[in-house]
Amino acid sequence: MTIHKIIIIVLFVAPLFTSCSKDAQPPSSTEERSSLSIEFDNIVGGQNLQLNTGSYTNAAGETFSVDRLQYFVSNISLNKTDGTVYTVPQDSSYFLVKEGEEDADHVTLSVPTGEYSSLSFVLGVDSLRSTMDIAKRTGALDPSGGMDDGMYWGWNSGYIFFKMEGLSPEAPVDPTGKHKFRYHIGGFGGYSAPTINNIKTVTLNLTPGGVAKVRQGRNSNIHLMVDVLKVFNGSTTVSLAANPQVMFSDYSVNIANNYATMFRHDHTEN
Amino acid sequence: MRTRIYVIVMLITAAFAACHKEVASLFRGFEKPANFNTPAYKLENNPVTEAGFVLGRKLFYEPRLSRNNTISCGSCHIQSSAFTQHGHDVSHGIDDRLGSRNSPPIMNLAWSPLLMWDGGVFDLDLQPIVPITNHVEMDETVENVISKLQQHPDYPGMFRQAFGSPEITTARLLKALSQFMVMCISSNSKYDSVVRGQGTVFTSDEQAGYEIFKTKCSACHAEPLFTDNSFRNNGLSIANNNDEGRYTVTLNAADRYRFKVPSLRNLAYTAPYMHDGRFYTLDAVFDHYSRQVKNTPNLDALLQRNGVLGITLTTAERVQLLAFLQTLNDRQFITDPRFSEQ
Repeated sequence: MTIHKIIIIVLFVAPLFTSCSKDAQPPSSTEERSSLSIEFDNIVGGQNLQLNTGSYTNAAGETFSVDRLQYFVSNISLNKTDGTVYTVPQDSSYFLVKEGEEDADHVTLSVPTGEYSSLSFVLGVDSLRSTMDIAKRTGALDPSGGMDDGMYWGWNSGYIFFKMEGLSPEAPVDPTGKHKFRYHIGGFGGYSAPTINNIKTVTLNLTPGGVAKVRQGRNSNIHLMVDVLKVFNGSTTVSLAANPQVMFSDYSVNIANNYATMFRHDHTEN
Repeated sequence: MRTRIYVIVMLITAAFAACHKEVASLFRGFEKPANFNTPAYKLENNPVTEAGFVLGRKLFYEPRLSRNNTISCGSCHIQSSAFTQHGHDVSHGIDDRLGSRNSPPIMNLAWSPLLMWDGGVFDLDLQPIVPITNHVEMDETVENVISKLQQHPDYPGMFRQAFGSPEITTARLLKALSQFMVMCISSNSKYDSVVRGQGTVFTSDEQAGYEIFKTKCSACHAEPLFTDNSFRNNGLSIANNNDEGRYTVTLNAADRYRFKVPSLRNLAYTAPYMHDGRFYTLDAVFDHYSRQVKNTPNLDALLQRNGVLGITLTTAERVQLLAFLQTLNDRQFITDPRFSEQ
């Protein structure tokens, strides 16, 4: 056998092996990285949010308490002061913020070192991911939760972006005998027919409250205040008496427009 | 030299074998019937294997999918009734709770781009979440189902055979169920043998009925699936529960009272009929279309032509049409042991 023949055979055999292996990882970047966290500090107007026990009043003059608050934050990107943009890789950019659950009030990222002056994220789950193969929906996106704390509508395939429930004496008695309000807001625009789109992009300028300085050996924490009173008080004054249950309906658009304004950058801990 | 060639041959064989774990078996996987179109289901994302199909079938008949381990998919989708719940107008789930709609057949779902009477589910893989979590069906969570299956003596091994490792995830659970469901193909009715030219012919009544069907029914119940997969208001009177059908998932006023056009295949086995099972016999269905169509919002244009509501059918036409429709029954499908609880 000549050397040429052996080379030809090797060339033929080699791709057979490589065709079986998974995609190779791209070479790791030599870019310097460090830790950056974003804290979602849920408040109600001038008060800290206390699940179950706190009592609050909305612009319609109705008192209420909150026993569940959770929302999706996804597609995070950050602008550096030098004008460059860092986008968190899509596959690891879905987070569920849950009030009252340890480690579910912030997201921690590994980002290139530098100074960041602006933060942008989606409140909800983008339409592309909402319609992706189930195998690509792991972690926070796994639709395995129950009806109570789950963030997924099975009957109308799609994620619930924002869920807030609580009690209000103003809300009428529901079939369970409680004066309960339930806001389950979602709607990615529809798969086969256009429908409501409650995906909200939030962009926050970090300069007034302090840029995030991501440095080696340090964690920078972007501290956001999330005022859920804005859910009721915004371009629409939402009344618990008139709209105690809002789920997949046209009215949900008003609530989503309201809550899109609830994020405020308070300060940065560098 | 001979040894060297031998080694090379072995290497090539090993390289191929690494990609193909399954040894040759009688299982033929997903096969599209010759008279059917390209499936809507993305088989490339979930290739059907024998181990996956067997696992999916076991899961389909698994009562652990429900809160108190009493209800399986097969409880409301019974093979002998073409995977519907015979004798029930609306589905009858956990703790004797009743749903608001009639169990649709598990049949030719690979060709169904949207699932459910209202089309609210756009991927077969996402469909089982609905009955599992619905309070009147199985009233369970997928998370709990997975933990029950993990403790079962058989499932971890079956997941390993189907997916390469014993890990049970939401995606694997749902994909195994899809592998079983897409295999439930009904394509061996007399009609299929006739159109595929397999030696069978229609009787004169069946042929006459086929011509009537093509003139009066096929605009919605399009061949070869006998549905065009559209959503239409077929003029049923509005029931007390005011089920608004497709409107509930699109919030588009033009979709109010529209429901999915069901397939006419296996109709001898799938009574009762309509989204709420209000008609127990085909005679009642014929009566509806010929005399009882109501002019409710969004009534389909095909049911109000020339100012006349419904479809005119003479007594003789009804007999012939019925003869043709009976050729859509597929006895082999409802008795196929591959689809039965093992």
